[in-house]
Amino acid sequence: MTTEARPFLRKTTDPPPYVLSDEILHKGYDPYVVRRYGEFLAPFKWPLIWSIILMMISSVMVVAGPYLLQYAIDEGLTQDRPDVLVRAVVLYTAAAGIQWLTTYVRILMMIRVGQGVIFDLRRQIFEHLQALSLSFYSRYSVGRVMSRAINDVGVARRFITWVMLATFRELFTLVGILIAMLFLNLRLSLLVFTVLPLMLWATSYFRAKSRTNYRNVRAANSWVNSVLAENINGVRVVQAFTREDRNFGYFREHVNGHNLNMNLRAQRLAAMFMPVADLLSSIATALVIWVGSSLVLDDQLTAGVLVAFVLYIERFFGPIRNLSQRFDNFQSTMAGGERIFDLLDRAIDVKDADDAVAMPPIRGAVEFDRVSFHYEDDPEIVLREIDLVVPAGSTLALVGETGAGKSTIVKLVSRFHDPTDGAVRIDGIDLRTVTQASLRRQMGIVLQDPFLFAGTVRENIRFGRLEAADAEIEAAARAVGAHDFIVGLQEGYETQVAEGGVMLSGGQRQLVSFARALLADPHILILDEATSSVDTQTEVQIQAALAKLLKGRTAFVIAHRLSTIVNADRIAVIAGGRIVELGAHRELLENDGGYARLYRMGFEE
Amino acid sequence: MKILLRHLVPLLRPYRKQIVLATLALLVITAAQLVLPEILRLVVDRGLVQKDTGFLAAAGLVILVVGVVRAVVFFWQRFLSAWIAQQVAFDLRNRLYDHIQRLPFSFHDRSQTGQLISRCIEDVSSMNEFMANGLFEVAQIVILIAGITVLLFNTHWQLAVIAMLPMIPLLLITTRFGSRISALFLRIDQAMGTLSARLQENVTGAQVVRAFAREPYEIDRFDDANRRLYETRVEAFAEFARVFPTTHLLVTLGTIAILWIGGLLVFRDELTIGQLVAFNAYLLLMATPAQQLTWVVNQAGEAVAGLQRIFEILETEPHIADPPEARPVPVLTGRVEFRNVSFRYDGVREYALSGIDFTAEPDQVIALIGATGSGKTSLVNLISRFYDVAEGAVLVDGLDVRELALTGLRSQIGIVLQTSLLFSDSIAENIAFGRFEASDEEIVAAAVAAQADDFIRQLPEGYSTIVGERGITLSGGQRQRVAIARALLLDPRILILDDSTSSVDMQTEHQLQLALARLMEGRTTFVIAHRLTTVKRADLILVLDCGRIVQRGRHEALVAQQGLYREIYDLQLRDQEEFIEKSEVIAGSARNDF
Repeated sequence: MTTEARPFLRKTTDPPPYVLSDEILHKGYDPYVVRRYGEFLAPFKWPLIWSIILMMISSVMVVAGPYLLQYAIDEGLTQDRPDVLVRAVVLYTAAAGIQWLTTYVRILMMIRVGQGVIFDLRRQIFEHLQALSLSFYSRYSVGRVMSRAINDVGVARRFITWVMLATFRELFTLVGILIAMLFLNLRLSLLVFTVLPLMLWATSYFRAKSRTNYRNVRAANSWVNSVLAENINGVRVVQAFTREDRNFGYFREHVNGHNLNMNLRAQRLAAMFMPVADLLSSIATALVIWVGSSLVLDDQLTAGVLVAFVLYIERFFGPIRNLSQRFDNFQSTMAGGERIFDLLDRAIDVKDADDAVAMPPIRGAVEFDRVSFHYEDDPEIVLREIDLVVPAGSTLALVGETGAGKSTIVKLVSRFHDPTDGAVRIDGIDLRTVTQASLRRQMGIVLQDPFLFAGTVRENIRFGRLEAADAEIEAAARAVGAHDFIVGLQEGYETQVAEGGVMLSGGQRQLVSFARALLADPHILILDEATSSVDTQTEVQIQAALAKLLKGRTAFVIAHRLSTIVNADRIAVIAGGRIVELGAHRELLENDGGYARLYRMGFEE
Repeated sequence: MKILLRHLVPLLRPYRKQIVLATLALLVITAAQLVLPEILRLVVDRGLVQKDTGFLAAAGLVILVVGVVRAVVFFWQRFLSAWIAQQVAFDLRNRLYDHIQRLPFSFHDRSQTGQLISRCIEDVSSMNEFMANGLFEVAQIVILIAGITVLLFNTHWQLAVIAMLPMIPLLLITTRFGSRISALFLRIDQAMGTLSARLQENVTGAQVVRAFAREPYEIDRFDDANRRLYETRVEAFAEFARVFPTTHLLVTLGTIAILWIGGLLVFRDELTIGQLVAFNAYLLLMATPAQQLTWVVNQAGEAVAGLQRIFEILETEPHIADPPEARPVPVLTGRVEFRNVSFRYDGVREYALSGIDFTAEPDQVIALIGATGSGKTSLVNLISRFYDVAEGAVLVDGLDVRELALTGLRSQIGIVLQTSLLFSDSIAENIAFGRFEASDEEIVAAAVAAQADDFIRQLPEGYSTIVGERGITLSGGQRQRVAIARALLLDPRILILDDSTSSVDMQTEHQLQLALARLMEGRTTFVIAHRLTTVKRADLILVLDCGRIVQRGRHEALVAQQGLYREIYDLQLRDQEEFIEKSEVIAGSARNDF
């Protein structure tokens, strides 16, 4: 070992790698993603086809404008024929009317298509999320889910509603103008095309550059975002440790400063593209006037054609310029689609069997029959050949170090996971043969983090059994000792309990979640460190409620506090995925094994 | 509009020079744009009709030169406006960040993290968007329309009147659209907010949803939000579908009218063909900006709404701030005195604390005991002045905390709470959170004292390992030991501590107890106590009930009295004592067997 170690990593001045992790540089067209989007577009086939037809019509009308103008000048004004002028005016008016109508109907249709696809997409994502097991959530953060369902879907929405058809329109307009120009005058057309290679080169150059630029901008943005989120979440610690000045300096100089630099770099390049495109179109115009006017003077060309040509140049470069932007849109939609469909393609690992039946009313005998378990993508064995019988109505406490496998055991009882080997049975019925809903409806689960939904206290308790009457809700709250503090709240049971609502303490939230579990009147009760986050005084209160709650039910209790454990009928000590000791408190102490050792250590001073 | 000006002008003031330049550039571009149809007119009338070849060559050259000049100026105009917008966004984000982190706890109690972030990100960026594009676009449209109007009236005023006629309904429609669409956008925002809130909640509470088999109910709720968003969006864009083609139609109708009436004038030799062509070209120049007006109005609406929300935050006065003549805080001895203190939270009728009166001498341990909601946390939060008292005073070394500089006060108070929040930084940075200039040796020393050094060294990158949301997940016990090291490194004179260490296994708990005991040495300690050992060690126990001190004294005295302490002791603490005794007996007898 060297004495001269590297200094510890402190604040970095570069964006951390995680802000780039979701940003894959993308190849663009991906047939699989296109096919999956296609499946979502299929129900809207007819409105789509109609929109394309309408759009073609309106594009023809747009091109018709300059053409009619030229017609009126050459055939009407210079030939002194008022009837031609009137005809041109009438036709032009008709074209404008048709364009108005087709555009209006098309936008209406496409909004329904775009919104409809997105509606379906979000619904499928949500339904899929409901079907995925908890193993998925342990690996896929909330932020990532949100970013799929909100941001990536949002990109797809813009693409489908606006960009997709606009791309068609631009291509169509481009072709239309091309034909019109060729039709009007071949030589002038070829002259205009000489500028095209330059235009194409400029476009691809800017696109390649701006792609990396915008990637950096997005990464800088998400850095700002995560630093902000963390500091707002931890604002109390920040103030407690008087970190405000240091944090602000860091944010201004590095995080936000980096964001500014990346944005400016991207903007500098973006600001160049349009002027260059405009310059090229000016060059084309000048060329056309030089060459065209000599043709006019030689009577090989009419003045009207020249004027129309100049007008077409303006309309010719517009779509080319826009198409390059469309391509960026297309790429981000592809990248978003890849992430969306990756989520939708996640296999549902715990699902109802095809012939699954409803779980009959549970008596409560739970049996583990040589149960082993490991996560699908992680070969490390979490549980090894667990054999365990819990008689109906008895309480089993599970103790052991963090990561020993306690939580996994109770998750198997409620079938959040399926065992890799062996079987879990309740009343002799293999859990894989019954529907998840009918099973869980008869179980009550209270977790360490008492999660409450945005809504009133009443709604949160009612979550346990949606059809419960108000009187039942209050009875449940009373039974767990929550009623008193609830009526003490400003709005009683109608108090809003979300973030930003009235702050309930950890203990109070836990009492609400106990009431919720009791209201469900479960036959099997699982308390997964349910009393760990409450203070001792509240726990005393909960203990009283617990006695009531546990009576007549089979219960699995994971706890670190001895007072909770010792009252259990039996205690299972879990280590390394096995049950190493099993018996009542007194028996285990007398055995003087691992439990006794753990137990003493807890109170050694 | 008034709001926009009131807030926008001070934001833009530092960038006066750039704004003037950008505006000048805008004028040049617009002039260049207006020159082109004029050249076209001359090409037709002078060049082609009068067969002036020299003129035609010159016209082509002029177009080229104008094109080059326009391209260069155009670049600068675009870059400058983007630059100004980015600077303003940068300033706004800085101000928001700093302001939010200095707002007192009472503000953060009421606000939602997601909303604050959306102020800093979305509202600032809609502002940025509007400034970069919208603001100058409005200017350009105004200049362009004014310029075109002048030119048209110069050419042929009767025809100009006809050409301008469609602008009246166009402006009317656009303004009406503006007010409608901003209301619709507000509703879209709300619908979107509901949708993401429901999703986020569902994902965060995934286990609870499954535990109660509530998936169908949740799907219904989400569907509901999803459908509402669908309907609102369709409604908003239906409005857009009506207005967008209509503005185009109006401009086209203007062109047609010019062609018709202008054509008749040409027949009567009152107008040249070139003039007619130029007229038309000018009108076409207006078509795109006129349509863009709809978008700009849209953007402006969003920007104003965002700006209002931003300034709502920026104009929230942090009522807990350094007093005007804040005293520099000397090194404290750690004497803390509560003089008849009452306190209540904003918007709550009932007092969280009332009549709190006690003195903690330097280096004493004060244990706070009481049920959830009895006021323990509120009490300790007053020492750091996270909240201000309603009545009475909190004094540190005889000085009212309201007269002290906040930083001086808080930097001498260390806090270790039950849920230890760490930041997504290296472990070293997290330990040095309160004293960032600490050396690596000091960091290690603090970690050793906090019993954290061993596990830290086993992490993949040791002290440089990134922890938190984006890094390695530490267990509850490990986090807590890092938090203890963080407080130790600060070496505070006053320590506030929640000794509940229940979310860890027993082995870890043992280590934590050692670390906590080490932490409490030689400082005034306020401990929200859960364990008998802490309570027994305390120099003063304060028993709280409904915001009042109902009993005070040392353990021996209190346990001998009837009262709340005795009740708590019987229910909970004695349990612990009996366990210790019994386990000692059993352990003893087990040893005797050998």
